[in-house]
Amino acid sequence: MVLSSNDILETIKMIQEENLDIRTITMGISLLDCIDSDIDKSCAKVYDKMMRLACNHVKTGEDIEKRYGIPIINKRLSVTPIAMLAAAAKGSPVKFAQTLQKVADETGVNYVGGYSALVHKGFSAGDKELIESIPEALSVTTKVCSSVNVGSTRAGINMNAVALMGRIIKQASEATASDHCFGAAKIVVFCNAVEDNPFMAGAFHGVGEPDCEINVGVSGPGVVRSAIAKMPGATIDEIADTIKKTAFKVTRMGQLVGTEASKMLGVPFGIVDLSLAPTPAVGDSVAHILEEIGLESCGAYGTTAALALLNDAVKKGGVMASSRVGGLSGAFIPVSEDAGMIDAVNRGSLCLEKLEAMTAVCSVGLDMFVVPGDTPAEILSAIIADEAAIGMVNSKTTAVRVIPAIGMKEGEMLDFGGLFGSGPVMPINRFSPAKFISRGGHIPAPLQSLKN
Amino acid sequence: MRAVVAVIGKDTVGILAKVSAICAEANANIMDVTQTIMQDLFAMTMLIDISKCGSEYSALADKLVRAGEEMGLQIHVMHEDIFNAMHRI
Repeated sequence: MVLSSNDILETIKMIQEENLDIRTITMGISLLDCIDSDIDKSCAKVYDKMMRLACNHVKTGEDIEKRYGIPIINKRLSVTPIAMLAAAAKGSPVKFAQTLQKVADETGVNYVGGYSALVHKGFSAGDKELIESIPEALSVTTKVCSSVNVGSTRAGINMNAVALMGRIIKQASEATASDHCFGAAKIVVFCNAVEDNPFMAGAFHGVGEPDCEINVGVSGPGVVRSAIAKMPGATIDEIADTIKKTAFKVTRMGQLVGTEASKMLGVPFGIVDLSLAPTPAVGDSVAHILEEIGLESCGAYGTTAALALLNDAVKKGGVMASSRVGGLSGAFIPVSEDAGMIDAVNRGSLCLEKLEAMTAVCSVGLDMFVVPGDTPAEILSAIIADEAAIGMVNSKTTAVRVIPAIGMKEGEMLDFGGLFGSGPVMPINRFSPAKFISRGGHIPAPLQSLKN
Repeated sequence: MRAVVAVIGKDTVGILAKVSAICAEANANIMDVTQTIMQDLFAMTMLIDISKCGSEYSALADKLVRAGEEMGLQIHVMHEDIFNAMHRI
């Protein structure tokens, strides 16, 4: 046989026991041709175009799952930032959110991302209206996700937007207080947002992208952990090598699925996002990889170094496996979605400050963490400003997805259920940044030389 | 087009007979079989030609998985491309 039994059994073991899966197939759809000065007409165009392109998206995903025997956890859609459509149309942008929800319900996709605005340099028509409408839009829909880009390495950080987003996140949480504050879990505030990200809640379809494309996000923290577990006496460079080999295999699977989906749907293949995306399931944790490398608990000194090694090795392995790499590509460290991270917070080894340091060396940022419900909006804004500054200075994507747990205090648990898991309410530093945030204005773009 | 049938579980009489009978019904030609017994665990991998199965491929996959459950075995049916992609450069 050309294929060796060992290879076959290895693949099956990865899928069965180590939670290897395709995390998402996301179809990006441009809505630029749906712009209309009449909001109802614009919504009708959005509905028609999305239904035309995405009606077979879920079925195609299921067919691929069956054919290759690989679970595909999410089938999603991402669209052009809705602020661009809201700019032309008069009326409440919430109508667009309701249209996206209707498309999600009828196509059967898990989420639609793109209730978004890009305001890193300033607000243009439609941006403020859209941002102000986010709390309402996320409370009247269940499958719509929102993101706002407030900074970039080339533009600096829009501090007016940062101040606004602190308030918006708090309002979104309050508006969904009876539903585990889930509104806040569907908003991401970015610095250096990418245009082809297949992962939620931050997916949107950038204006530089083609009319329609398929982006794939892979996953596999369990596979990496178990590969490292087999080498107890190995040196760090041997571990890096093993992570690269494992990431290669995982990414090849993503490449295959993406190519196949694009062929079946007649839509160009965009990118594979080389990510280690954890889930709350046992054995699917990025924190457990760090612990397998040799830390007693995630958050201990050494965590940032181990994560830097992991993140870099995943990219190196993945880049060779796919001809088109993009999206966020790196290890995700969402607190509530990772069993190991939750344990680390509960046992007191992982604090917010260490989490922030970790985001400087890995993909994305402060993700899915819960703070007390009485956290003032300006503290949320200041957390966003700090995280955006890390992204801006290091020329990388960073993001904040914070959930103020209304009515809850430090040490309690906020349970979302499903893939979103549950998050311990983390203690925060309560010294006030109010004056800094209230100044407004813009942090100028950083120097690209004299790097020290 | 070829698919891999992997059978893992406790060794019993008639596993190969049953799996190959189901393949024959669906017009899938068996091209290669390897089997090993590791401790008590039976592991068989079979390469089948599914180009003549057409749309019945998914029914064949379901049938094999069900037959596996009846015999207390895990049976996986996967298109060979996935293994080529993951294990070949």
